[in-house]
Amino acid sequence: MTIATATAPQTLFEKIWERHKIVERDDGQTLLYIDRHLIHDGSRHAFEVLAERGLKLRRPERTFATPDHYVPTASRDVSTIADPEARGMVESIALNAAKHGVIIFDLGDPRQGIVHVVGPEQGLTQPGLTLVCGDSHTSTHGALGALAFGIGASEVGHVLATQSLWQQKPRTLRIAVEGRLPQGVFAKDIILAIIAKIGAAGAVGHAIEYAGSAIRSLGMEGRLTVCNMSIEAGGRAGMIAPDDTTFAYVAGRPYAPKGKEWDKALAYWRQLPSDPGARFDREVTLAAGELSPMVTWGTSPEHAAPISGRVPDPAQAPDAETRAGWSQALAYMGLKPGTPLEHIAIDRVFIGSCTNSRIEDLRAAAKVVAGKKAVVPAWAVPGSGLVKAQAEAEGLDRVFKAAGFEWREAGCSMCVGMNGDLVAAGERCASTSNRNFAGRQGKGARTHLLSPAMAAAAALSGRLSDVRKLLAGGS
Amino acid sequence: MEKFQRVQATAVPIDSANVDTDQIIPARFLRKPRKAGTALFLFHDLRFNDDGSEKASFVLNRPAFRGARILVAERNFGCGSSRENAVYALYDYGFRAVIAPSFGDIFYNNCFKNGLLPIVLPAAAAAALRAALNAKPGAQVTVDLAAQRVVGPDGTRLSFEIDPFRKHCLLEGVDEIGFTLGFDKEITAFEKNLT
Repeated sequence: MTIATATAPQTLFEKIWERHKIVERDDGQTLLYIDRHLIHDGSRHAFEVLAERGLKLRRPERTFATPDHYVPTASRDVSTIADPEARGMVESIALNAAKHGVIIFDLGDPRQGIVHVVGPEQGLTQPGLTLVCGDSHTSTHGALGALAFGIGASEVGHVLATQSLWQQKPRTLRIAVEGRLPQGVFAKDIILAIIAKIGAAGAVGHAIEYAGSAIRSLGMEGRLTVCNMSIEAGGRAGMIAPDDTTFAYVAGRPYAPKGKEWDKALAYWRQLPSDPGARFDREVTLAAGELSPMVTWGTSPEHAAPISGRVPDPAQAPDAETRAGWSQALAYMGLKPGTPLEHIAIDRVFIGSCTNSRIEDLRAAAKVVAGKKAVVPAWAVPGSGLVKAQAEAEGLDRVFKAAGFEWREAGCSMCVGMNGDLVAAGERCASTSNRNFAGRQGKGARTHLLSPAMAAAAALSGRLSDVRKLLAGGS
Repeated sequence: MEKFQRVQATAVPIDSANVDTDQIIPARFLRKPRKAGTALFLFHDLRFNDDGSEKASFVLNRPAFRGARILVAERNFGCGSSRENAVYALYDYGFRAVIAPSFGDIFYNNCFKNGLLPIVLPAAAAAALRAALNAKPGAQVTVDLAAQRVVGPDGTRLSFEIDPFRKHCLLEGVDEIGFTLGFDKEITAFEKNLT
């Protein structure tokens, strides 16, 4: 596999796009080949699409399944799912996988977990691949230099049947974060700051490439966090050029290439980063040194501010539309303009989700809570059975439990509450998840998004807190 | 998929930006099969009180907007989750076109697979249309896909852009999977070149 010498410098996105074109129509639509298709327990409708047409799955060996949205996190026993419809969702993915010969990491298999944690962990996600999944956070996988994006149920059915998708080529947006991150500032803070800057629709119609020294300095877990929330800025895909950090992460994973195949793959992957002088449709730059720990105060991820800030005053909004949005958000969140963010008391803490449930996330949170006590109910929900096992091998489960946290089984859990892990109406949750939408964690629930370290700090104080103060005075 | 017909109907304005698919259909309804009915779940928590009664203040519940088949929204409508149920709920309720300055990309794609036409209009034009509908509740709007034209309550004609292939698929009710299976030779040839 080599990339033909192009006359013009190309971006990472363009290299992968060009490599996967099957048919290009004059009217702008391209039939794109899909290398990997990840499916989960929300994929039932797509299999019905196949069944209705009497179609087979075209490439079962390119399709991988794991249940995550509806799985219980108190146990691994499907029979404990009280709601028969929810239980049916978990059971149907296993039945469909068996029927179509798809490899499944099912409940009870230590490899089960949130699909966006499992893909990279198993080595299914690799540089240069096209990867889709019927979930908007599929942008996560772009952290390894893949072109990965979320699709709807009809498109899932289309990929099952044809291993391809009709796509309009998106524009490209380069977001460069340059410089060194201050202490206490993490990948989550970078992406929340980006969304606050460009807005929740800032990257609509664009594939994002994150670049710059601060992005390159992130480990793979941090990169996955950044790319995960691309969709919260409106971008279906977010990607990072593969480098030695990426290659070291992929090497040796179960589905990674081995031996000569590895050498060949590596040679290809090294050609993928955007060429010097490659043109992007838009460019945005942030200075890492100016970033602070971030929290959200409203009902859109763009409602994010440094922890040292205050709840904004709608009267000072730049325009009428923003004013209306802020007022609505503050009414839902039960917050008064001008309140210092550090004065906001919280009722519970959730550490988990496809954004922040990996080993580095758990380590960062455990470091903050070690030897201390949470003063509100707090959960730590690992992203996969393997993350859980590694955390336990490192003793992190004991750190969390000693601090009063619940240590749960892997799944999407309280990020979206489909499995019944809900935040009660009116309750305020400091959450490491990705969406603070009204009702996201439960009807009437109020969500404040933040990093795992910040969530840990909030658990200890019972309010939104600046983790830098704890880290500075920490033992 | 049913062929898309010209729509002349009551249009309802939704003035908030960033209406996410969690608002359009809350997560707890996603496990329900579509054939059991999704119209009742549309905007559920904005539309209904805890006891199941309607919230009189929500725009869809106002008498003048009953039977609306066109929705005029603000920036980034349908952002967030990829749940196609958001489109099912809008369609099953009776909507055939959604107009906004911008859409969540996945929602926008999902619309075309289900016979719902998403129309992008400039922010000022969409705002003017919402203002006209707020000023005259129950006013009719016409959406003509073949002519790529929206006609406002006062007769204002607004043209819109749309991908020609998608336009064709909507107007003809093309089954996309069936269409793509016609490219089996090309897909197979592509796969042979993969290593």
